[in-house]
Amino acid sequence: MDLNFTEEQKAFRAEVRSFLDEKLPKRLSDKVRLGQRLTKQDYEEWHAILNEKGWLAGNWAKEYGGAGWNAVERHIFEEETTAASAPRIVPFGLAMLGPVLQKFGSEEQQQYWLPRILNGDDWWCQGYSEPGAGSDLASVKTTAERDGDHYVVNGQKTWTTLGQHANMIFCLVRTSKEGKPQEGISFLLIDMDDPGITVRPIVLIDGEPEVNEVFFDNVRVPATNLVGEENKGWTYAKYLLTHERTNIAGVGFANAGLSNLKRIARLEQSGGRPLIEDPLFAAQIAEVEIALMAMATTNLRVVSAAAAGQAPGAESSMLKVKGTVIRQEINALTKVAVGPYAMPFVSEALEAGSNEGPVGPDYAMAATPHYLNNRKLSIYGGSNEVQKTIIAKAILEL
Amino acid sequence: MNFQLTEERQMLQDGLRRYLADAVTPEALKADEAEGVAPELWSGLSEMGVAGALFTEEQGGFGGHGFDLMTVFEELGRAGAPAPLVELLLAGGLIAETGSETQLALVEQAVEGAVQLAFAHGEPASRFDIDRIETRAERSGEGWTLSGRKSVVVNGAQADHIVVSARTSGAPGEREGISLFVLPKGTEGVEIRDYPLSQGGHAAEIVFDGATLPEDALLGAEGQAHEAIETAQARATAALCADALGAMETARALTGDYLKTRKQFGQPIGKFQALQHRAADMLIEIEQARSAVINLCGHLEADRDTREIHVSATKHLVGKVARLVAEEAIQMHGGIGMTEEYDLGRFARRLSMLDQRFGDATYHLGRFVRLRAA
Repeated sequence: MDLNFTEEQKAFRAEVRSFLDEKLPKRLSDKVRLGQRLTKQDYEEWHAILNEKGWLAGNWAKEYGGAGWNAVERHIFEEETTAASAPRIVPFGLAMLGPVLQKFGSEEQQQYWLPRILNGDDWWCQGYSEPGAGSDLASVKTTAERDGDHYVVNGQKTWTTLGQHANMIFCLVRTSKEGKPQEGISFLLIDMDDPGITVRPIVLIDGEPEVNEVFFDNVRVPATNLVGEENKGWTYAKYLLTHERTNIAGVGFANAGLSNLKRIARLEQSGGRPLIEDPLFAAQIAEVEIALMAMATTNLRVVSAAAAGQAPGAESSMLKVKGTVIRQEINALTKVAVGPYAMPFVSEALEAGSNEGPVGPDYAMAATPHYLNNRKLSIYGGSNEVQKTIIAKAILEL
Repeated sequence: MNFQLTEERQMLQDGLRRYLADAVTPEALKADEAEGVAPELWSGLSEMGVAGALFTEEQGGFGGHGFDLMTVFEELGRAGAPAPLVELLLAGGLIAETGSETQLALVEQAVEGAVQLAFAHGEPASRFDIDRIETRAERSGEGWTLSGRKSVVVNGAQADHIVVSARTSGAPGEREGISLFVLPKGTEGVEIRDYPLSQGGHAAEIVFDGATLPEDALLGAEGQAHEAIETAQARATAALCADALGAMETARALTGDYLKTRKQFGQPIGKFQALQHRAADMLIEIEQARSAVINLCGHLEADRDTREIHVSATKHLVGKVARLVAEEAIQMHGGIGMTEEYDLGRFARRLSMLDQRFGDATYHLGRFVRLRAA
């Protein structure tokens, strides 16, 4: 047992920190810190800065243009970037599709699509969930029928995050109705500009059109856009979900959220004293901090094992459940901490440089939208109920 | 012991439930979001005489007791109705308790639905403390000069008259020295910023920059308003908790329907025992909340200490349950529960904001401890 990072890892952390000092635009970190909206251009700007350094795709092998970091290095990068209020890296191309193409894609696909992801030529979105296939993902109904050199796609995807910015979507489609539901699914890359595709925004309870429905009406997709083999898409989807879950604990986000919560509790006054001196409120902050300290170590245990070559299994389900619950508790405490100023809902104030400023202190304006929005954490990427079922089956063998 | 509603209250409940089931339309919600008023709904409620249930006969109403409040506000919450009746209860209650003959006429008009009211009390630094008031009123000639800032004044820009608290003596944190004033809309030296609220309705930041008020703007005895404010806030807390109770019932009903109809893995998700138990927990906690609301409503007219112990006990418990119900309802729905177009969202927001008014669950836990120790 040794809880210390190695000298190389410490040096790497210092390197990341000085890079962020130098290269992270204050305009972007201010937005992230205040919880203001990030535009498509904001994300692209940050991606380009990271790509120039070769740090955009931490989890990709060097031969594909990635940083080739192991799990510990990726973890350090995540910790430093969240602490510095850097925009998150949009995961769909980089964290999700990239690894699938590297493992299962053809050489042509790799050579064509991977550089485009790094250079920001394509903005990918994820076409997994459907109205009737949420937790039960294997019951996807969107069909792809072979017609010469093309597939003809019909159906509907939903909860497509940031689909409004995307020009490409990777989809799970049904190519066969034979056998078990999992056996007839294929993994298809589709151009969002193709005729027959309609995108409809879904406004969430925080007022943001973050997700979308995507409709497919006889969309003709070149057969060369099939990844791997027909009817083997479920395997690739599972592989992708494992990758989606490596950073699912969100330790960096939780730490940043906890610092923000403490800062607010020091500034807010209750009974003539800082709120953080209220023993009951302070106890609630302490409880979540203690849970986070332990969870961070659970995360490092999984990360170390992964760095040593073990594929993350059902442990990632534990991290997902615990990590999301902790982040949601921090969001809930933050909403309470800002008091009555959590009630105003001034959407324009979340736009940087808007004439409409926040009603109360600037730290208050995003508390309620974030609290509401992060209810999604325990729903997406396999709901926490699904994760617990995985734990029950895979670890407890029930 | 009798936990049945009286015949009159039963009729009020039935009538209100029927009316609101049709009257809370998408148009009404949109109007409320844009302007902070849903005019048709407001006049409909006025025609039904709902405001009268908030005041006693001497005050010009036909109710005014705890269970009248519970009856009305539970239905408003059940329907998620955008109507500033808590503000009427607060401001109207203060005028009814302490007002002069002329001022009492405002309550009559408010009961008829002819005027809207608001109570401007909270300030940027006061959080939930009733006595932490910095806004000052000073005598000047024949009247008063008012200076200070009030924050998140619900219905502030929509109200025809505002009741404002201000110090005429003493320092922030002292019970003594707080006075009340009534201002008509459009008083000079009053700056208002209107904005929408997460739970529906609007509020305002109100800045008094040397606003001049006539002598007779003073409401009640100078410097003695603390007790009246605490009483009015106790009643408003009961109303808000009853409103939350109604909203929880709707959240539970929507969740129950969804569990029965949504199919995943080849069966309705309500067949999964994990979700059955959580839905059962929701029900158990909502019944706890109902009893807590009954406790408070039944003690609104008790002596001050007894009443306030129930205020804090109820606001604590209902605050906790409201969070549980809002979060569990969304979770059991999954993605659809996160969307604006599904009905659950506005109820979840209404429940989420309960903690932000009149003290959150933790604040009232601490207050309960102190009141019990006293």
